Amino acid sequence: MGLSLDEARKVAHLARIHVEESELPDIANELSVILDFMEQLNEVDIEGIEPMTSVTPMKLRLRNDIVVTGGDKDLILSNAPLPEQGFFSVPKVVE
Amino acid sequence: MGLSALTISEASTLLHKGEITSVELSQACLNEIEAARELNAFSWFDPDLVMEQAKSADRQLSNGNAPSLCGIPIGIKDLFCVKGSPTQAASKILEGFKPEYESTVTQKLKDAGSVFLGKLNMDEFAMGSSTEHTVYKPVISPWRSKGSEKPLTAGGSSGGSAAAVAADLCLGALGTDTGGSIRQPAAFTGIVGLKPTYGRCSRWGIVAFASSLDQAGPFARSVEDIALLLEVIAGYDPKDSTSYKGEVPHYSKYLTGDIRGKKIGIPKEYRLDGMPGEIEEIWEGGKAILKDAGATIVDISLPHTKFALPTYYVIAPAEASSNLARYDGVRYGYRAIMDSNMNIVDMYKRTRGEGFGAEVKRRVMIGTYVLSQGFYEAYYLRAQKIRTLIKKDFEDVFNGGVDAILTPATPSPAFALGEISDDDPIKMYLNDVFTVTVNLAGLPGISIPARLDSKGLPLGLQMIGRPWQEGDLMNLAQSIESNVHFNHKPQRWW
Repeated sequence: MGLSLDEARKVAHLARIHVEESELPDIANELSVILDFMEQLNEVDIEGIEPMTSVTPMKLRLRNDIVVTGGDKDLILSNAPLPEQGFFSVPKVVE
Repeated sequence: MGLSALTISEASTLLHKGEITSVELSQACLNEIEAARELNAFSWFDPDLVMEQAKSADRQLSNGNAPSLCGIPIGIKDLFCVKGSPTQAASKILEGFKPEYESTVTQKLKDAGSVFLGKLNMDEFAMGSSTEHTVYKPVISPWRSKGSEKPLTAGGSSGGSAAAVAADLCLGALGTDTGGSIRQPAAFTGIVGLKPTYGRCSRWGIVAFASSLDQAGPFARSVEDIALLLEVIAGYDPKDSTSYKGEVPHYSKYLTGDIRGKKIGIPKEYRLDGMPGEIEEIWEGGKAILKDAGATIVDISLPHTKFALPTYYVIAPAEASSNLARYDGVRYGYRAIMDSNMNIVDMYKRTRGEGFGAEVKRRVMIGTYVLSQGFYEAYYLRAQKIRTLIKKDFEDVFNGGVDAILTPATPSPAFALGEISDDDPIKMYLNDVFTVTVNLAGLPGISIPARLDSKGLPLGLQMIGRPWQEGDLMNLAQSIESNVHFNHKPQRWW
């Protein structure tokens, strides 16, 4: 299955990855090759088969809803690219 | 032979007897790391930090209250958060990141007294089979083909871990295995590597790739060392909701050498067209060894094997696209330089476009595609159903009384760097053909060196065990190890 340039552009946008227009043909090609490879999966009869949700037979555990950590603002901000006055910073979101 | 070439069990004995110190042992490793910079195995190390830990280990040893791995120098894949040390997952997008917390398994290694030597190179976010897709330089295997100086791959994604152990830069190392990233590099470099059962080791503090497949595991130069390391890193962790609550057995006690009556399955689907004759030979050799030791060999079928790779390459990228959504340039790591007219979406896109390497972008986009509206059922849901069938193949075989499965670890010996071109991703993915089923089924798998091929490169066997039965699996692996007498080392050229 070939991916069109429009589809490649759309998937890059959905993935929030900037690509130059000049890169799109290569990307569309590479993704198409991988999607073709996945086509084999259509040979399998999956009628009545449950999708796997957990590879080991265990229930997802619940924990008590209690606060165990907190007050670590400085630690949390220590790796932020551009922290400002105790906050993460981002470009203006609301006009 | 230098001290850094000792096995963990040999070094432990000498340390406890006081015949060597951890300072001597750790210094020997540091010297080797310095001398082997050409291999690009370590991405970061700090000699002062190493010596500080070694001195503290020596104090514990002389006080007589030393824990099990006291003073043993270990290398850690760059995927594990180590508090205060650079942790980049070999990606530009985590440039400058120094975690304020420690992964559970590296904490366990520290608590057991081991010396953290530094961070080991890998494929970016563990996506790759050659350790060429890294923000650092590609890892170069210590092994070379006879009569050739061509740089070879140490495998991937844990290529730095494998190269470091094979070249005697450390006594053991931690890696992770999502589709074969421990077992394939171990096979390429002539050492032992174990992927535990999914849930056996905590994933907390490990940079996530595909959460339903990722497992941490050890590299070492003997099965016994693997058992010593697994004993330490395994165990329940309330911080990982998928970690297993069962007891961690005393694995060394399983290594009895007695495998009489064990039933070993040989899956016919793993006999590939065009597989090199030498791979066929080591497989036959492995069967003969287990049979001589009293095991029964039976032919088995795992009918959905051929669908494992395409299933994996739907599920792993889907989970990766979700896990890697957190790299947005806001909270940690790299942020693209912004023009004043760029909005927040531009910031995300630029940051991720500049911060991720080509293979990571490719997989994130594939993952985004298969999860997107209109395609989810055709790809992701279908793959999850086939994953159920792949797991059932193994369950049927185990229910039929098979204790473990023997296969080759890889379809070929190590290839040259650059040999598998970037425009042919499928060819690189085929490296995982024997290993990826194990991750999809959540099983334990171990790779053991078998022999050198005609070019002088290591070939490895894989054994696959029942869930949670790592002890039995290592016992079987050790019976192969003690019969093949693989004592080859790469000839030092670096």
